[in-house]
Amino acid sequence: MRYARRAALAVLLVWLALALVADVLPLAPNAVDLPGILAAPDAEHWLGRDDLGRAVGARLVQGAQVSLLVSVLVVTLTTCFGTALGLFAGWRGGLVDALLMRVTELFLAFPGILLAIALAGVLGPGLGNVVLALGAVGWVGFARLARAQTLALRDRDHVQVAHALGQPPLVIVLRHVLPLLAGPLIVEASFAAAATVVAEAGLSFLGLGVQPPTPSWGSMLRDGARYLLVAPHLVLVPGLALASLVVALNLLGDALRDRLDPRAVRLH
Amino acid sequence: MRPLLLVVPKLASALVVALGVASLVFLLLHLVPGDPVEVMLGDYAGAADRAALRARLGLDLPLIEQWLRFLAGLARGDLGVSLHSGDTVRALLARHFAATALLALAAFCVALALGLPLGALAALHAGRRLDGLASAFAVLGMSLPSFVLGPLLLILFAARLRWFPIGGAESAASLVLPAVTLGLGLAAVLARMTRAALLDVQNQPFVLAARARGVGEAAVLLRHAARNAALPVVTVLGLQLGALLGGAVVTETVFDWPGVGQLLIEAIQRRDYPVVQGAVLLIALCYIGVNALVELLYAWLDPRIGGAR
Repeated sequence: MRYARRAALAVLLVWLALALVADVLPLAPNAVDLPGILAAPDAEHWLGRDDLGRAVGARLVQGAQVSLLVSVLVVTLTTCFGTALGLFAGWRGGLVDALLMRVTELFLAFPGILLAIALAGVLGPGLGNVVLALGAVGWVGFARLARAQTLALRDRDHVQVAHALGQPPLVIVLRHVLPLLAGPLIVEASFAAAATVVAEAGLSFLGLGVQPPTPSWGSMLRDGARYLLVAPHLVLVPGLALASLVVALNLLGDALRDRLDPRAVRLH
Repeated sequence: MRPLLLVVPKLASALVVALGVASLVFLLLHLVPGDPVEVMLGDYAGAADRAALRARLGLDLPLIEQWLRFLAGLARGDLGVSLHSGDTVRALLARHFAATALLALAAFCVALALGLPLGALAALHAGRRLDGLASAFAVLGMSLPSFVLGPLLLILFAARLRWFPIGGAESAASLVLPAVTLGLGLAAVLARMTRAALLDVQNQPFVLAARARGVGEAAVLLRHAARNAALPVVTVLGLQLGALLGGAVVTETVFDWPGVGQLLIEAIQRRDYPVVQGAVLLIALCYIGVNALVELLYAWLDPRIGGAR
């Protein structure tokens, strides 16, 4: 398991590095070359070429940037928003808390990425709307986690002491509750990052993500699925790339959980 | 008396959530950037056509009145009319629902057939190589989305081996690949849960007693541990059955399977918003209904819940 986790970290770092330098690399992800249509991998184009003769490798790197950019944006936004809301509700309790819980139940009543599909479908395609649709769905998990933890931490001795010393509630929550929440939140964020990568690719696969010619792993899969018989590399390459990133993020989430959240059930 | 006491609040809370979900779906139309009528009809529609559509959708009324009309229509089973084909949304959903239900059920069976034995096998060999393999399968199964797994299966079993058709729903063989694609993720979750639940009861007194009597390890697992491990597994299973309905949306698109999910995606592409609303609502309501049923079933199965109250 230790080796698997080290490999996972390495895979994630490679994708991050590629995404960061994608714009500086001498790549031409949108250069159409009609004689090279659907060409299998060769010495010049390591990962082959797509239905317009564009280099799959270059598009893969550009797609990694889209995927990780959306993931980082969505996870950052939802962590901040969801945690703030959960802290507030858990601390205040009462009506505010009950109301927030009912709202999160509403959002959880949509299975899987159905609500994100509906939102992205209504808002229209584009990177901003993808972030909006996934963010609108993603905050719920953080809010519920932060709320439950805050409820449990509210009556701890050190919080009570801070209270008795007359510290204002905002200071207590930020200095004495939030730090104890950090572990579970980081674990949740790593799983949320994996889920967001899948969801972004899913929306792109359905034609609801970033728009052509900007490559996304999801839209590469969708275009490639039309040439399964003649050019399987168009599906294999983005499919394996996506799988490697998602597996890596999930394994890191497991590792973080084992380290940061000792109470969690260990499944390994 | 007891069952009634249990059923009524559960159903009431499910109804409240359903009402909220319906309201959220109603609001979807108002999230369309700009004027939804303009978006639906395009630039070349005349003013009269626009006014007609606006009146037909009730968009000229105050928001509260629109909402009440939407809910009243819903209560009658009236979800409006498709802007594309002119069929009622209800008829469209009825035509596509059977295919989605069939796919979800088949995927559920795949998950059971794969996940349970795999989890039991992993628990039996806990800490050894077979356990590691099962665990690797679980991580992979949970990480591979259907739009990656589906095309991979198509390449291998439809394009290369030609065992199954590449898409559509012409024969029973068409069901196999979509069901495996949709069910594999759940199989992975199930295997993990089964393993954890079985290991959890391993050190309970009744299991130790059975071992002390000299009962073989496999028999201990199957006869004594399995029954008690079943409860948490049944719960997860039920909740995931509903989730399959959501996953079906993407899987149906991969395999060109004529269900509600495919209807939804086509409606989004055509900006046929009444159909979008109807399809989203139908899937969400099924999910809520299945989950409520599972909770009741769980309370009925586990004498510790509800009995004392």
